[in-house]
Amino acid sequence: MSAQPILKVEGLKKYFPVEKGFLRRVVGQVKAVDDVSLEIAPGETLGLVGESGSGKTTVGRCILRALKPTQGSIQFQIAEDRIVDMAQLSEGELRAVRPHANMIFQDPFYSLDPRWTILDIVGEPLKLSKLATGKELEDRVAYLMEVVGLEATHLRRYPHAFSGGQRQRIGVARALATNPRLIVADEPVSALDVSTQAQILNLLQDLQGEFGLSYLFIAHDLSVVEHISDRVAVMYVGKIVEVAKRDQLFFFPKHPYTEALLSAVPTPDPDVEKERIILPGEIANPADPPSGCYFHPRCRYVQAICRDEEPTLREVSPGQWASCHFAEELNLAGAPQQPN
Amino acid sequence: MELREEMASLAPELPTTESGKDSIEYLSRGKLIQRRFWRHRLARLGLPVLLLLYLMAILADFIAPYPADQRLKGFKDAPPSTVHFGVGENRFQPYVYARKRSFHPKTFREVYTEEEDQKFPIHFFVRGEPYEILGLFKLDLHLFGVDEKANVTLFGTDSVSRDLFSRTVIAARVSLFVGLGGVAISFVLGCLIGGISGYLGGIIDEITQRIIDLLIAIPTLPLWMVLSAAIPREWPVAHTYFAITIVLSIVGWTGLARVVRGKLLSLRDLDFVVASRLAGGSDLYIITRHLLPNFASHLIVTLTLAIPGMILGETALSFIGIGMQEPGVSWGVLLQDTMNFGALVHQPWKLIPGVFIIVTILMFNFVGDGLRDAADPYSL
Repeated sequence: MSAQPILKVEGLKKYFPVEKGFLRRVVGQVKAVDDVSLEIAPGETLGLVGESGSGKTTVGRCILRALKPTQGSIQFQIAEDRIVDMAQLSEGELRAVRPHANMIFQDPFYSLDPRWTILDIVGEPLKLSKLATGKELEDRVAYLMEVVGLEATHLRRYPHAFSGGQRQRIGVARALATNPRLIVADEPVSALDVSTQAQILNLLQDLQGEFGLSYLFIAHDLSVVEHISDRVAVMYVGKIVEVAKRDQLFFFPKHPYTEALLSAVPTPDPDVEKERIILPGEIANPADPPSGCYFHPRCRYVQAICRDEEPTLREVSPGQWASCHFAEELNLAGAPQQPN
Repeated sequence: MELREEMASLAPELPTTESGKDSIEYLSRGKLIQRRFWRHRLARLGLPVLLLLYLMAILADFIAPYPADQRLKGFKDAPPSTVHFGVGENRFQPYVYARKRSFHPKTFREVYTEEEDQKFPIHFFVRGEPYEILGLFKLDLHLFGVDEKANVTLFGTDSVSRDLFSRTVIAARVSLFVGLGGVAISFVLGCLIGGISGYLGGIIDEITQRIIDLLIAIPTLPLWMVLSAAIPREWPVAHTYFAITIVLSIVGWTGLARVVRGKLLSLRDLDFVVASRLAGGSDLYIITRHLLPNFASHLIVTLTLAIPGMILGETALSFIGIGMQEPGVSWGVLLQDTMNFGALVHQPWKLIPGVFIIVTILMFNFVGDGLRDAADPYSL
């Protein structure tokens, strides 16, 4: 991982104003994403996990500039020797950069325009970026359909004629249309049933090898992330609380929140006795976060310092970063070791 | 600009692909909608009937044997003429008998009896009163008519001896087109105001919605009455007609604006809109290519279903005497004659314009239903 990262996010913040009353006065800020930094190497998959409301989707949307970040830089390497800061680009400039990155959405039912044929949907990025037109575009879409495992003869059907898994494949084909380097997959399998999930995950992995893609893979479920990620980042209330190589994070977590998430991963072996850590309460409100460490009201290792001082994200072991005052001292339980 | 040019040179290269082998023909979206529409039985009935009604309205002066204000002397409150068939050799030649008026000895109402010795054949394409079609051609040809010594009143006559059939046909012009005109104005207002409200959001949205709340809260009929009362009585019929159209659409646009705003709001944040933005689609592109097609069916249905409301509104206004005024005619004006109970009992034919209203409204609703089903993407 010595190569230059394809994506380097530094100090990313996204605040949404809270408006009240008839005149829409701004009475506060929801800090959906608060000072997030991350890196993705070429061909790497970074898993980004967290509960609903932790800001992981907002991170993905800011990186692709579906949302304008409040602050921070998003260095995106669009070619060998060319890096642009996505956070600074104007709309016109963005249009030129967009073909290099795309998104796969969570809900395969809302992500495809029901009035458009598959040809139009998958071909839209090609048409708008003027990369292909007419017969060339049609051939490219037909090719993409085969790449994602669908019939190339179904180009003029409408999305309603396809099942959830097939629709998600169409979404993947659309994301691949302009031959991008980076794909933000926003919970691409959460809306699918388990057998279909595995198919889509395998497809994504195959495509990564075939086209040299880098993924930011967003999920709320560690078991899905385990399957596909090289490294994993855990988010809690707009901040990254731990980031490490997959195995390190899974077997030697350094943050109590990661430990709790891991304990919720189901194990297929019924003989394995596992302690379930049930977190009390709800995820903190990002408009009014608790003092000190945001996780302290739910943490079972809480000490006095946790209520007053906010921990910083620091390297606790090589390649493993965690933001907990006691990351070094605590002996946290990881996922049960697999024989291999 | 510089960056954009640089980007163009760095655009990702697409791998070459072999030519597609898709040779199956597919129906276009428009054709699919047509098919679906014609499969809807009631709509299949409604559309031709509506077209006939509108054709009748356009050709009203040609179809009507008499002008709207011509009095048939001595034929006050006459019942519909009975049409008989067969004159001499021609078994299909229709004719009417001359009618003689007398008075009922007790009630003093008019009683009309047919004089069977005086046959008057109904001739087609006869010359009569001159008129203009669409203000373009001057003509004096009428679809049918009888000799001046007799008369043919298919729907009877009114209390001042005018032919109700002619008046009903001519009144269709005002009654049917007031709906189209009103909906056209509502459509423009509703799309514009609802679109701005939904797209801009924030305080503008808030103010617009409260104004709509206010307009909806005012009972329609009194509001129409106030506005209609402001129309000067001495205005020519055409001006009054236009003013009524505007009065009707002042209330009519609110519903449409709500539909447009709600649809914009619900569609604006859907993933396929985000996907289109990520593909490089501009606001205008997204609105015209993604948002509008997705609620076009709602718009069409709302529009089709709004027309009957307009027609009924005009009828109501004219019926209570503050809409169209004599000498203007609309179905509402014609129904004024049925305001007293005696007329309903003794001259039931005066309700015939009401039948036209009911049929028109029903047909519009059928067509609206058919359109909605046809444009539904899940049934294509």
